[in-house]
Amino acid sequence: MKKLFLYTFLIITAIGALIPFVWMISASFMLDGHASVFPPRLFPDQFVFIQYERLFSNLSVARNFMNSFILSVLVTFISLFFNSMAGYAFAKYRFAGKNKLFNLLLSSMIIPSQVTMLPLFLMLKSMGFINTYMAIIIPGLANIFGIFLIRQYCLSIPDSLIEAARIDGASDFKIYRTIIIPLATPILATLAIFTFLGTWNDFLWPLIVLTDDSMYTLPVALANLMLEHTKDPELMMAGSVVTILPVIIVFLALQRYYIKGIMMGSVKE
Amino acid sequence: MNTDKSQIAYFFLAPAVSAIFVFFFLPVIAAFAISFTDFDIYTLGDFSTLRFVGLENYFKLFDDELFWTALRNTFYFVFAAGPLSIAVSLGAALLLNSKLVKYKAIFRLSYFLPVVTTLVAVAIIWRFIYHKNFGLMNYFLGFFDINPIDWLGDPVWAMPAIIIMAVWKNFGYNMIIFIAGLQNIPEELYEAADIEGANAFQKFKSITLPMLAPTTLFITIITMIGYFQLFAEPYVMTQGGPLNSTLSIVQYMYQEGFRWWNMGYSASIAFVLFFIIFLGTLAQFKIQKPAIS
Repeated sequence: MKKLFLYTFLIITAIGALIPFVWMISASFMLDGHASVFPPRLFPDQFVFIQYERLFSNLSVARNFMNSFILSVLVTFISLFFNSMAGYAFAKYRFAGKNKLFNLLLSSMIIPSQVTMLPLFLMLKSMGFINTYMAIIIPGLANIFGIFLIRQYCLSIPDSLIEAARIDGASDFKIYRTIIIPLATPILATLAIFTFLGTWNDFLWPLIVLTDDSMYTLPVALANLMLEHTKDPELMMAGSVVTILPVIIVFLALQRYYIKGIMMGSVKE
Repeated sequence: MNTDKSQIAYFFLAPAVSAIFVFFFLPVIAAFAISFTDFDIYTLGDFSTLRFVGLENYFKLFDDELFWTALRNTFYFVFAAGPLSIAVSLGAALLLNSKLVKYKAIFRLSYFLPVVTTLVAVAIIWRFIYHKNFGLMNYFLGFFDINPIDWLGDPVWAMPAIIIMAVWKNFGYNMIIFIAGLQNIPEELYEAADIEGANAFQKFKSITLPMLAPTTLFITIITMIGYFQLFAEPYVMTQGGPLNSTLSIVQYMYQEGFRWWNMGYSASIAFVLFFIIFLGTLAQFKIQKPAIS
């Protein structure tokens, strides 16, 4: 009895969580106007690819997809490199001002990024980076949460490993590259998926600094398309599928690391 | 080990830390400075027109009807969607933590899917779900004999619509953290309560909730910080309308700064937002601290 009650709740919640996606997929394969009916259809009456063809042939969605993809990959790799070096240094080196610097970084995590946007825009504008990839890459070069996660993880790497390598004559950078990086792979995977999804899904900043159709990332392109195609749910749903699908694939592939990252972030003491 | 090799440490730190100083800390300070100036579209063309105006922007905010509307809307959103999200997250976590349930991974995955998906795309889907005549929401409510609601066209319903969507989008995230918290509660506590004949509600109230207090504090703070930054949902679904009923602080900051180029004014809005988030975080610590210790 209790079990039945539990499952009823669980299943209703699951349907609630998933039904918007079911409708999205179904509408994206419909002819114009076929999603604007009552009652709503959860399966297409006629299965067509016409909306996807429109997205990729008439509109610049292929280009937007590439922008999103290239930027997400670039930001992920660069920030992983920068953050991992800094996180390693905080975990395994002693240097003047270490605690002060670390505390300063940690406490500034409360500052909302919107505060930085106006001056950052002016800075990038004076460097001529508005409407270029650099405008997205530069603010994403490093991030405090990433440094923090990697530091926590590196603390658990035994000093003896590093000591032994040093006695063998390995340089500090070689130790970082051949010992720390391989051992820290799980946390790097976690951070990689966070950064990739964060960059892919980001909206406000790209909306501000990307001013040209051909430079837009998918979310900006989609929001813009929405303004012109308020009455085309079928087209908009095809656009949503194209935007969401890569995110879901990445998430499903690396789910384990993502969930672990959420939990690590929640036990910072 | 902690070898004293300062120079090498600085070499490792330099790229990340200098990027953070130049592209994060410096802009924060600059934004603070700009908020005391009349930086506007003319200043963009000719920097010499920049004037120091002291607290004028902040005083102006005080008299700005639209700013108060945005503030009110944002607080409405935070105080409705926040507790609601946390309650749904906790409910889902409790269900999923039950020993009677199988296929947990599948349920967890389906609850989590909205979290990872792109907010803009999801807001677009919901825009159609909320369609007055053809949307799933009104179709569903029709089974309960509820007349169609013009969700996004009615100033009374637009914010509730955004709140429902936000809860749907975000509850999976906090659910994961709650599950981790629940699994850390020692089983013996419940066994002891069983011996004393406590019912499910008593156990929840005197074991589960107190033991979850640190988790709840953390979740409340991150949820609140995130929700104060509401932007994409109204931008895509309502553009802040109808009748400014969903205009948020961040959207107002964006409009003033990047549409009208009133950057001095916009910077002061950003700092008010920062100040509110700061106070809110402090308040959460103060309110919930007794529960933890």
